[in-house]
Amino acid sequence: MSAAGDFTQSEMMIVAAARELAGQRVCFVGVGLPNIAVNLAKRTVAADLELVYEAGVFGARPARLPLSIGDPTIVTGATSVTSMFELFGFYLQGGLIDVGFLGAAQIDRFGNINTTVIGDYDRPKTRLPGSGGACEIAINAREVFVIMRQSKRSFVDRIDFRTSPGNLGGPDGAARSRSEQGWLGRGPSVVVTDLGIYHFDDAGEMRLDSLHPGATLDGVRETIGWEPKVADHVATTPAPTDEELRLIRVELDPGGAYTK
Amino acid sequence: MRDAIAELVRDGDTVAIEGFTHLISFAAGHEIVRQRKRDLTLARLTPDVIYDQMVAGGVARKLIFSWLGNPGVGGLNAIRRRIEEEPVAASGEPPLEVEEYSHFGMVGRYMAGATNLPFFPLRSYFESDLPKVNPLIRPVESPYGDGVVYAVPPLKPDVTVVHAQRASAAGDTQVWGLLGCQKEAAFAADRVIVVVEELVDESVIRADPNRTIIPGLIVDAVVVEPFGAHPSYVQGAYDRDNRFYLDWDPISRDEAATQAWLRDWVYDLDGRGAYVEKLGAERVASLKPGPAPSGSVDYGSYR
Repeated sequence: MSAAGDFTQSEMMIVAAARELAGQRVCFVGVGLPNIAVNLAKRTVAADLELVYEAGVFGARPARLPLSIGDPTIVTGATSVTSMFELFGFYLQGGLIDVGFLGAAQIDRFGNINTTVIGDYDRPKTRLPGSGGACEIAINAREVFVIMRQSKRSFVDRIDFRTSPGNLGGPDGAARSRSEQGWLGRGPSVVVTDLGIYHFDDAGEMRLDSLHPGATLDGVRETIGWEPKVADHVATTPAPTDEELRLIRVELDPGGAYTK
Repeated sequence: MRDAIAELVRDGDTVAIEGFTHLISFAAGHEIVRQRKRDLTLARLTPDVIYDQMVAGGVARKLIFSWLGNPGVGGLNAIRRRIEEEPVAASGEPPLEVEEYSHFGMVGRYMAGATNLPFFPLRSYFESDLPKVNPLIRPVESPYGDGVVYAVPPLKPDVTVVHAQRASAAGDTQVWGLLGCQKEAAFAADRVIVVVEELVDESVIRADPNRTIIPGLIVDAVVVEPFGAHPSYVQGAYDRDNRFYLDWDPISRDEAATQAWLRDWVYDLDGRGAYVEKLGAERVASLKPGPAPSGSVDYGSYR
């Protein structure tokens, strides 16, 4: 049952991102929006999903959705608490992570991500948090999902700094780098925004495959810094179900921290 | 705490107050500010609000880190004022030096430091701009002919501070919950200060040796400072005070408000006891978690 019309763009984005995790087994959970999307997936389309947090937890069962991803709730009831060395060394670099789920400040058409600075590195206009674990996650998770709101400032033709590599300048170079340098991952595969869902085509470029209810192609073009590729038949993302909305509003984010 | 910081932290030192969200020794950070230490290089994966406060307190010359934010809230505003173009130009003060890695790079640096190796190799940084802005991240050829990986140099802090649930008087230290890289940072350091919620008898340590992360052998001072990690948390003892992290954002956006906070909560107090009293019993009680005890295991007696 759909509650179409009675949901926010942020709720639609979180629901769409969660559904993309159907069938996945082990997910490395990034800070911010990925945290709520992954926790929603665990309660809906991916009950067997193992949640991995960079703080050093495998198989987390968070009972609440905390402000920070290093919260004590990810420890209590987890399968295993590890040192960060083991988490990044054995689990990520050892090849056990299926999906790395990241946020970003800037992204380009090839899925390269900037979370470091806006402007010049030495004299930045805005200093952003930096890599955290994102750089090695982008390289070693089998595939990378990104969730972020789109705007001309965030979906840019050229990112100011490449913190975490995606498909570089195109598929040939990216494939060559991955095989020559021994990356474990295939790179970005999904980008979910407040307006739609993108996957990556054979040219390694983002392609709009689905528009959320109420979103338009014009709206997409107005919030993206390049002429986006669009699928021949763009789908409409099914609206959030009542149950998905209940989980977000009642169970996961009663304070509305993620959905405002 | 006063004696430990006075004796073991020296101007110009590289100091690591580690703990990933969990077990961050705010008490030690505040004491360093109170004693007006200067020209420190502050190392931490996630500088967090503690280094924002310490930078605002004027103790730091340089920052070594991998994720510079207030988790779930936004930026670290006092630190940003010392890095970003406009506020740096406006203040005329020298910008804070930064040396930046990824999380695994920072963990690897402590690991190389702790194991006395010249570098730590990792499969990261390929096609990232990070090695371009940090020349200490360098490619290295495998001696076995299977390609290039990146290397980071050892990080050996002059002082590492670790907050923990409990330790013996000799400094044997036990932790449960998120382990971060405190163990690596402690073994990498020249001097180690352990700050604990509770001092316990040696027999308590010996009854559960799997939980000991740091032996007294490498510990220079044990400080008993209940609630010393607030507003971060101690698994099983008190919750993360998220309200504090949210409240810090508007305070830290304003330099005058930031300095007023440091005056009220650091300079004008003589230590953590006064801080906890000022925080109030109600706030403290509100952070107490419910119980979730582990089962116990039997180590067996072998005589």
